[in-house]
Amino acid sequence: MKIIVCIKQVPDTTEVKINPTTGTLIREGVPSIINPDDKSGLEAALVLKEQQGAHVTVLSMGPPQADLALREALAMGADQAILLSDRAFGGADTWATSSTLAAAIRKLEWDLIICGRQAIDGDTAQVGPQIAEHLQVPHVSYVSELQVGEKAIEVKRKFEDGWQRLRVQFPCLITTLKDMNQARYMSMAGIYSAYKQEVKIWGLADIDVDQANIGLKGSPTRVKASYTKGTRSAGKVYEVDPRDGARIIVESLKEKFII
Amino acid sequence: MNISEYRGVMVFAEQRRGEIQKVAFELLGAGRGIADTLQEPLIAVLAGTHLTDAQAASLIAHGADRVILVDDPRLGVYMTEPFTKALTAVISAEKPGIVFFGATTIGRDLAPRVSARLKTGLTADCTALAIDDASRNLLMTRPAFGGNIMATIICPEHRPQMSTVRPGVMRRLEADTARTGEISRFACSIAPADVNVEILEEVVQKEEKKNIEDASVLVAGGRGLGNPENFQSLQNLAEMLGGQVAASRAVVDAGWTSQDKQVGQTGKTVRPDLYLACGISGMIQHVAGMEESGFIVAVNKNKDAPIFAYADIGIVTDVNSLLPALQEELSRARSV
Repeated sequence: MKIIVCIKQVPDTTEVKINPTTGTLIREGVPSIINPDDKSGLEAALVLKEQQGAHVTVLSMGPPQADLALREALAMGADQAILLSDRAFGGADTWATSSTLAAAIRKLEWDLIICGRQAIDGDTAQVGPQIAEHLQVPHVSYVSELQVGEKAIEVKRKFEDGWQRLRVQFPCLITTLKDMNQARYMSMAGIYSAYKQEVKIWGLADIDVDQANIGLKGSPTRVKASYTKGTRSAGKVYEVDPRDGARIIVESLKEKFII
Repeated sequence: MNISEYRGVMVFAEQRRGEIQKVAFELLGAGRGIADTLQEPLIAVLAGTHLTDAQAASLIAHGADRVILVDDPRLGVYMTEPFTKALTAVISAEKPGIVFFGATTIGRDLAPRVSARLKTGLTADCTALAIDDASRNLLMTRPAFGGNIMATIICPEHRPQMSTVRPGVMRRLEADTARTGEISRFACSIAPADVNVEILEEVVQKEEKKNIEDASVLVAGGRGLGNPENFQSLQNLAEMLGGQVAASRAVVDAGWTSQDKQVGQTGKTVRPDLYLACGISGMIQHVAGMEESGFIVAVNKNKDAPIFAYADIGIVTDVNSLLPALQEELSRARSV
């Protein structure tokens, strides 16, 4: 079987700090990583490679430096890596991103596409389902377990209040949760061979896509403004002993009719 | 696309096992304000099976002008394709200018699929919605970068303007049973081929404990409590206040409580009337999940704790000594 894993290189947002005087993001020195949900999707694919000889292609869209994320995926054990990189793809929202990725996927042979549920920089969870729609195949999101049969997969799909076990025929797409597994580290041999392997770079000329459906021009949404969060105005702070503190709280709750 | 043809604000009223979800009423609350600003109708779409006029009436009581019921045996349990087909058909027929979905594990599955099919924009997990005075476009504001930045997104040339909206953020309206509205049924043929996944098993985890998003009072504990026993002691206080216990990520990571209690960027967004933060320092990732609370009280022995910048009342003292005193003061206040 052939699997395509879509991965995104993201800044490690847990390392992002705010400059307290300017209120702006400090991006310098923030490491780039493979998005955690995607990495678990890749791990799931690599397990299937070991168990059933699945062929694993990793696909990413991003600037040339996203090459690093794909090399990490190769070093973990992926068979092939493709980076969609072209100025024409830039400025894309989820609609245009998914349309570009879908165009690349149409050039490949595959049974199963795995995407991470959502990326930690954008948190949208939209690109996976939208790729599936562009390709006209079923998808299942929020997958936390996965078993593969000959013509179908069985997955555990999570909800806030429970879960389902579903069977879906190939070809299909799933989006995976990072807690489904613990992604492996790169092996030394893997790192060595990853740098001998080629990461294929595909630009606009390499895929068949209507330019009206990609990049900024193909994006229905626009960012009108972005800003760091203003802080809520601070109230009163009392440095008191615990008993007085308790009284102050009770009084304030009475004033607010909470008690 | 002639965007002037698109009018009205539509809300996807999510139901599970026939029960309309809270987020649907929150969306109606937000949608009512938007619809009034635009002077356009607010339409709720309820898709499912064996739908009743009583369900529709509850949506009207919470602000809808019209309710569209899409009743089909294949819409009994949520599945992506049948619901996508139903919603796409309703939207294509009604041409609303705006559609809101709850940012739940259903809304976040359905809305991307619908938006891709309709070729329109979708903004995820919005926490604020407004209408731009000049353009009358919808302004959809959402956190990004782990809650570190906020972005306002527009969808100027495509319709409908769609967004998923984070549960617990928008205010629902008080039910007004005197409100009137129109109820209609929309016929949508869901074919057997649309059921392209097979449900082998379905488990509803009957949570004895309510979700923390639903609590009107949250007593939240952080690492400043020192140990799991002190954290457990919050339960009693929460009960006295008619609320529930919540936690910071540090406490969840330490294993003092389960992940479903976690407030913050990687946990839940809550908006209780009272948020009592006990021994929580107030990292930005935590604050992102609770700053919209009605009234915030923070207790921490470190006067420089960031949480005090968000608190309405801050008490700098030893939290473990304050908690028993607070319970005594509460009992006394009640007995008067």
